[in-house]
Amino acid sequence: MILTASVLAVGCEREDRIFRTPPGEIPAPPRVQVTSLSPGPAPAPSEPGRKYQRNAYQLSQGKQLFRVMNCNGCHSTGGGGMGPALMNDHWIYGSSIENIFSTIRDGRPNGMPSFRNRATTEQIWQLAAYVRSVAALVPRDAAPGRDDGLWTRPAENRLPRTHPDNGGNAAAADWRD
Amino acid sequence: MRRRLLATGVLFVFAAASGGCRGAQSALNPHGPEARELAWLFWFFLAILAAVWFAVVAALLFALIRRRFPVREHSMTRIVGALVGATAIILLVLTGLSYRTQSQLYGQEVTAPVTIHLTGHQWWWEIEYESSNPSQTFTTANEIHVPLNRQIRLKLTSSDVIHSFWVPTVFGKMDLIPGVKNEIRFTVDKPGVLRGQCAEFCGFQHAHMSLLLIAEDPATFAKWRNSQLRSRLPPASSEGEKIFLGKPCATCHTIRGTPAGGRFGPDLTHFGSRKTIAAGTLLLTRGAIAGWIVDPQSTKPGANMPAVDLTPQETLALTDYLEGLR
Repeated sequence: MILTASVLAVGCEREDRIFRTPPGEIPAPPRVQVTSLSPGPAPAPSEPGRKYQRNAYQLSQGKQLFRVMNCNGCHSTGGGGMGPALMNDHWIYGSSIENIFSTIRDGRPNGMPSFRNRATTEQIWQLAAYVRSVAALVPRDAAPGRDDGLWTRPAENRLPRTHPDNGGNAAAADWRD
Repeated sequence: MRRRLLATGVLFVFAAASGGCRGAQSALNPHGPEARELAWLFWFFLAILAAVWFAVVAALLFALIRRRFPVREHSMTRIVGALVGATAIILLVLTGLSYRTQSQLYGQEVTAPVTIHLTGHQWWWEIEYESSNPSQTFTTANEIHVPLNRQIRLKLTSSDVIHSFWVPTVFGKMDLIPGVKNEIRFTVDKPGVLRGQCAEFCGFQHAHMSLLLIAEDPATFAKWRNSQLRSRLPPASSEGEKIFLGKPCATCHTIRGTPAGGRFGPDLTHFGSRKTIAAGTLLLTRGAIAGWIVDPQSTKPGANMPAVDLTPQETLALTDYLEGLR
């Protein structure tokens, strides 16, 4: 009885939903040089990068933004189209959340636009975390489990885990780091 | 002493109950024939049920005082039989009346109505006025204006979860369901600023998802409609607009007449003409606008509006600009 109660109690407060971040206090990776040769220097793992991809609320906000900001216009639901696929193991500009943050904020050659001043730092972190969940690189218990539209693939929490093959000299990063 | 206490109690209950009969959000303050039908149904039910309740309590008191009923077994059976019959008749009549009202409310003919699409979002209302002429359609948010004595046709749907439209002074509740178009028709015949609220739990800020329904005479409505059809008027100073377009604001919000065309957040073309912001959460004042831009998550935690990094000067310029969008 006590054991069951304590096991149940552990399930409470699984994560914090932090709605309010004081302005200007979310760190962001340094700006990268946008060339087609390299994703930039291997970024150091950052605190927000670690936090955002383990938090179910941030991931589902990222999922919503993925549609709202028309990411799916080019990347579809992760399978790719006009833009590259996001759910495979091939990462041209690095698979770490910091790399993806830079890709979204600064843009990349051959079509990826910059979302600087189109999305807030917080929103870019949410998007970057969600992009990793499409390749099953985030904890399964945090990844989104439902979809607002029709299913074109299993939910993010049921996708097969991929093993990132990074382009350039980006470090292969993992949420377990 | 006891009688005075009883009188005070009864008075108190009536005072408390009649408090609900006024106000902008009460089903007992009807502003149209449909709502009047519903209010009438309520009072009729109340009268019948109150009579039954008093009769039952009186019988109970009688039994308590007399202890023994001075009748024989078989006349008792007759009394019980008669009461069961009366109960059945009352229930049937009340059921029949509610069916009659329902068919009146939902079986109305469509007569040259004002057609409005209402889309529920977490946590605000998107309002689109329909017209056979595309140049006469426009989108606004959280504030429905309707002309008096003309049928209003509301087409209801949702973009995310189930919401429910409820302006008690004009009609009953109707759900907004993703992928489904529900429809209600009603008429408003008394002017007023009426309040409605989402009536289906829809997430963190369900309680802060309200809207205003403003019923006005046809001339005022036509004037309002024409002003809403316009693009935004050129602002006095271009500084605020530059900030709006250069920051993430334009990703989610539309201001007609500028390149801002986001569809995720409310249309802000005539933002300054509304009475409230954040779906009825705050009155539209300069301070509220600035506070909402700087820190939306402390007013409405969980809302999709992010805090945008702005300097104090930028905030002031943006507030001026938004306030001036009339």
